[in-house]
Amino acid sequence: MSTLLDIQDLAINFKTRSGDVHAVDGVSFQLEAGKVLGIAGESGCGKTTTALSIPRLLPSNARLVRGHILFDGVDLMQFSEGEIEKIRWKQISMVFQGAMNALNPVKTIGAQIIEPIVWHEPAIARGDANQRVLELLERVGIPAARARSYPHEFSGGMRQRVMIAMALACRPKLIISDEPVTALDVMIQAQILNLLKDLQKQMNLAMIFISHDLSVIAESCDEIAIMYAGKLVERGSIRKVFSQPAHPYTQALIRSFPNIYGKQELIHGIPGYPPNLIHPPTGCRFHERCDRCIDICAQSEPVLREVGEGQIAACHRIGETLP
Amino acid sequence: MLRFGLVLKKAVQVIITLFAVITFNFLLFRVLPGDPIRLIARAGNLSPEAISRLRDLFGLDKPLVTQYFYYLRNLFTGEFGMSYTYRRPVIDILQERIANTVILLAAATVIVVLIGVAAGVIAAARRGSKTDQSLVVTSLVFWSLPTFWTGLILVILLGVYVKAFPVSGITTPGASFDSSFARLLDLGKHLVLPTITLAIVDMGQFMLITRSTLVDVLTEDYILTGKAKGLPFRRVLWGHAVPNALLPIITTTALYVSLVIGGAIQVETVFSWPGMGRLMYDAVLRRDYPILEASFLFLAATVILANFLSDIMYMVIDPRVKEA
Ligand SMILES: Nc1ncnc2c1ncn2[C@@H]1O[C@H](COP(=O)(O)OP(=O)(O)OP(=O)(O)O)[C@@H](O)[C@H]1O
Ligand SMILES: [Mg+2]
Repeated sequence: MSTLLDIQDLAINFKTRSGDVHAVDGVSFQLEAGKVLGIAGESGCGKTTTALSIPRLLPSNARLVRGHILFDGVDLMQFSEGEIEKIRWKQISMVFQGAMNALNPVKTIGAQIIEPIVWHEPAIARGDANQRVLELLERVGIPAARARSYPHEFSGGMRQRVMIAMALACRPKLIISDEPVTALDVMIQAQILNLLKDLQKQMNLAMIFISHDLSVIAESCDEIAIMYAGKLVERGSIRKVFSQPAHPYTQALIRSFPNIYGKQELIHGIPGYPPNLIHPPTGCRFHERCDRCIDICAQSEPVLREVGEGQIAACHRIGETLP
Repeated sequence: MLRFGLVLKKAVQVIITLFAVITFNFLLFRVLPGDPIRLIARAGNLSPEAISRLRDLFGLDKPLVTQYFYYLRNLFTGEFGMSYTYRRPVIDILQERIANTVILLAAATVIVVLIGVAAGVIAAARRGSKTDQSLVVTSLVFWSLPTFWTGLILVILLGVYVKAFPVSGITTPGASFDSSFARLLDLGKHLVLPTITLAIVDMGQFMLITRSTLVDVLTEDYILTGKAKGLPFRRVLWGHAVPNALLPIITTTALYVSLVIGGAIQVETVFSWPGMGRLMYDAVLRRDYPILEASFLFLAATVILANFLSDIMYMVIDPRVKEA
């Protein structure tokens, strides 16, 4: 297996009136072709920022402070605007949140799916492009006849299928899904997840799957990265991280999810709020909310350490927790 | 998209509205002060016989309802009565004047909408830049200029000092033209100043409305989708953002067509342009009721028609517009 995406020490700030928001600070991970990486963490921890930075789609007030994003071995950050436009969708496409207004309300879905095809493959015959649109629609379970419908004529779940068909249009190598099933009802969530999983397997796609719902990630990913306040706190295979979470934040996150098989109990929320990212706390960013905080946690920042095979975490107390 | 049933429904609404306006217009001019007989005669001492003959002639002795039906019949046969001041059929005068106003407004409206919208798109695309700031300030300044004042300043600058363009009328008085081209050229020269006046004063609102709508649209999620697809900003702008910003622009255009007549009154007065605006201005001064009555009707019909057209455009552009 070859490494498709290699993110090294990514740090991104947003310039705002009240100061620089350190939205992502030192995030690294690799993704192999055909694999699925889940990114989890509370709202505001920098998941979307990380995702959008890959095809360089961050808003204009974002600054790349440090880091490299290697895709197929080349650094996307060095590309000119024209070069990155050729990578977008052709190589890296996106699926946005289901409830979002990600489809243009005044264009038919067929027109929106065909748009990137004819843009990235100008030589393609119109008939072939149309044919591909129809195939894509059938593939995601939408009758081909609906290509002439407008987004408002579909339900939320159907719109998300359209979005997925669109993401596949140019046969990309990587799909970034940012909360693809959030805001859909549970039945539809399951359908869309299965569809994504099937397509990912069939087409051997690499995928980044962002969700704040751990159960969704557990079901659909090979690896998981847990983010907290712009930092990567733990990363590893799904099996390892869920069975032996090393970081107190990961542990709290897993505990805070209701287990549908277990006994009914009150969800353990994590007390407190994520820190202000304009003036992030010193030391470990989680220390103010951590039930295992000791003096050093407030003073020095923990580095990511190997805690098991292919599992890393950043916590001063890891040595003690491991058997 | 454009469904026949819906258009028909709109058309029926238009006809009903027109009828309401016609009826209102009829009643309005019956309750206005001034005895019509006196206004027609313009003479102090008519004999009672003469008065009753005139009443009989104009049907003024009939009940109001009967008069209303006469009125409707006359409208449908293009019979708007005689002007008190010009002593000619109103319909003839109106036809001439409407043509002149349309010449003036058509040119101005096209310029105003095209340049205003283009400037708005440019400003929104470079939001926050120096270009954007100067366009916004210029638009606000222009928008707040009074029409008649702008017209007078242009007359002084380009008409009196520079003598570049004629400052009044629609043709050079007493001139004879060898060709129709020369005649057109003369008309064109006379059009320049009034058109520029209208354009300067009215462009600002189109620029500002286009800009603010587009700035909103550009924050929508589907704009990010467009960029994510690898489309260059130019294509996202014109292909995704502008079509979604068109609706408010169409509404503004429809309103503009209705309101521009007001601006036309001022411009036509300043530049002695023999159009509808001048006609109405003079008719008010001289209490020429038949002219006013017909003009009101014409204006109301224009407004209704402009709105009807904008409704139709809505249906064409936005698939979500089903009922309204
Ligand atoms: N355009 C922006 N300008 C300023 N700050 C921003 C901007 N976009 C995001 N942020 C800030 O950056 C941080 C990370 O935001 P991001 O959207 O990446 O979080 P997220 O993990 O995707 O959250 P969610 O689960 O709510 O989607 C947040 O604190 C957010 O307030
Ligand atoms: Mg997000």
